[in-house]
Amino acid sequence: MNIHEYQAKQLFAQYGVAVPNGEVCDTPEQAKAIADKLVAGGATMLVVKSQIHAGGRGKGTFKSGYKGGVKLCKTAAEVAEIAGNMLGQVLVTKQTGEDGRLVSKLLVADAPNIKKELYFAVLLDRATSQPVIMASTEGGVDIEEVAESTPEKIIKEWIDPAKGLYPYQARKVAVALGLGGALINSASKLIMGAYKTWWESDCAMLEINPLCIIENADGNDSVMAVDAKVSFDDNALYRHPDIQKMRDLAEEAELEIEASKFDLNYIKLDGNIACLVNGAGLAMATMDIIKHFGGEPANFLDVGGGASREQVTAAFKIILSDPNVQGILVNIFGGIMDCNVIATGIVEAVKETGLSLPLVVRLEGNNVEAGRKTLADSGLTISTGESMAEAAKKVVAEVAA
Amino acid sequence: MAILVTPETKVLVQGITGGFGGRHAKLSIDYGSQIVAGVTPGKGGQIFEHNGTKVPIFDSVAEAVTATGATTSAVFVPPPFAADAILEGADAGLELVVAITEGIPVRDMVRVKSALHGSPTRLIGPNCPGIVTPGTGENSHGGCRIGIAPGYIHKKGNIGVVSRSGTLTYEAVFQLTSKGVGQSTCVGIGGDPVNGTSHLDVIKMFMADPETHGIIMIGEIGGDAEEEAAAWIKANGTKPVAGFIAGTTAPPGRRMGHAGAIVSGGKGTAEAKIEAFKEAGIGVAATPSEMADTLLEMMK
Repeated sequence: MNIHEYQAKQLFAQYGVAVPNGEVCDTPEQAKAIADKLVAGGATMLVVKSQIHAGGRGKGTFKSGYKGGVKLCKTAAEVAEIAGNMLGQVLVTKQTGEDGRLVSKLLVADAPNIKKELYFAVLLDRATSQPVIMASTEGGVDIEEVAESTPEKIIKEWIDPAKGLYPYQARKVAVALGLGGALINSASKLIMGAYKTWWESDCAMLEINPLCIIENADGNDSVMAVDAKVSFDDNALYRHPDIQKMRDLAEEAELEIEASKFDLNYIKLDGNIACLVNGAGLAMATMDIIKHFGGEPANFLDVGGGASREQVTAAFKIILSDPNVQGILVNIFGGIMDCNVIATGIVEAVKETGLSLPLVVRLEGNNVEAGRKTLADSGLTISTGESMAEAAKKVVAEVAA
Repeated sequence: MAILVTPETKVLVQGITGGFGGRHAKLSIDYGSQIVAGVTPGKGGQIFEHNGTKVPIFDSVAEAVTATGATTSAVFVPPPFAADAILEGADAGLELVVAITEGIPVRDMVRVKSALHGSPTRLIGPNCPGIVTPGTGENSHGGCRIGIAPGYIHKKGNIGVVSRSGTLTYEAVFQLTSKGVGQSTCVGIGGDPVNGTSHLDVIKMFMADPETHGIIMIGEIGGDAEEEAAAWIKANGTKPVAGFIAGTTAPPGRRMGHAGAIVSGGKGTAEAKIEAFKEAGIGVAATPSEMADTLLEMMK
């Protein structure tokens, strides 16, 4: 699960990770009120940031033509005007796709005086099964490119989960980031807090890009999380009711939310051949084989190990709500579940949805003969394939015809 | 010989009184596996009965081990309690713990993995279909089935199968058996980002097992466990290996069903894994329909 920048910063603040002063709002009036407060507190530069989950906001363009999802300005009046241009508008960035995302919340914050931008993240290192801190002196840019072109600029510090992060490790990272003097303590506090956030909140990924060296009004420097991106381990959400409340359904695809109500794992893609499969590995492999034979998969859909009749019907409805779909491939390896139950479910779903698109079914496993007979006797136009390859070829050919 | 388990292996089931655990304990008993004990805290002294087989239930793994001599456990305990169940199995001195449970938080597994470091107990899974060493009876009856795989599709023989995915394992096994080719042992290592046993661990066991003559290794996007195994095979492999990598068409940044199946930061792509396989001389099946054919062609 992902959350917004403002939510991540609220979480950071609880763990002592320094963030710029700011508040979230959903009207230009509120935006102005927050800006007034910040200016009264001594802010000389302000920033208005669109709150959507996708990155690339600063360089994004609103469908209205208004450019930039993140704007700097100096007065509360300007903040109100910018807010008026952003709120209720759809922002398109390189990560949103052409549909863009509706901006319904803004973060209005103090824009500190940045002396240098760094990169900081905490994530799981799968190779060692340990948490790892990743940092770099190259902040504010695409870290994947840094890792690719200048891997020596990526600093890594592994954390033994039995011991936790020691302050000396945090200081080690700070020194490697080129920080010295009083900044060591400021950075160490931030790093300790960020790691604690990651661990205690069951984060999947915690990224601060940029982590900034700030020149404060008193002339002293400190480090601060100027941006924040946090995602969580879905399997651990049950123990974090406070974090569950941060879920923003408007940021998730409608069909994927609908699918999750039926315990279906659905991910929409751009192709025209839908698939319905049991098991995640087989579902991926089914998408791959459609592509291998010249088709384009329209989705990933795993109905799980014990697909019920209700689930199969719900799965068909979800697949069919995607207007791009021109054919369906059902691939079920019923190891233990009864293939006839699945076949009956398919027949009922086809009747209930009035399916008129080509449907190819590959059924294998327990009680498969009865299942195939149910399909054949249904009076419906359902093609079958003995193997995955045969079924995939058939559906690609039928859609192309 | 097979690897990890034999038809004689004594198995206990943690969570035998739950719907899921109970159902699969029955299927394992039907398959002829030695299910000797169940563990459900608070239900010690009760009996789990199926088709005339009486399985005693204990409050703790340690008691079950002492009373029955079980060496291996199948964990069907719900996610919030699964990490604890795995560590209880290790504490009781089990040789092998097979965690079937899906949905264990990553943080819990990070701790389990750290706690098991240096322990003689091997963990398989979590979020896996388990292990099958086929038996010699009809439809491979009499083998050792731990977990949720369909036993009857197997056949005793000399091919080892290792995979992160359940249904793709069944697909490979079914292809082999349909061609009259049997399996030594089939191991599902699970679809989570942190698991007890890697592809490489299982590959090493298969290479050392005289009964295994060829190996099918099935991988998917996410992490670099397949690359690690391929590099080792390139340097040390002594038997033919064929494989398939699922997820060529998966969009980056999305978790494809399995918690561990995600391409992130340009890492863990199917292309990189397929390249590593080819580099190591592993036969790559062009489609999942050809996993068995690809290996059998290499073994001609």
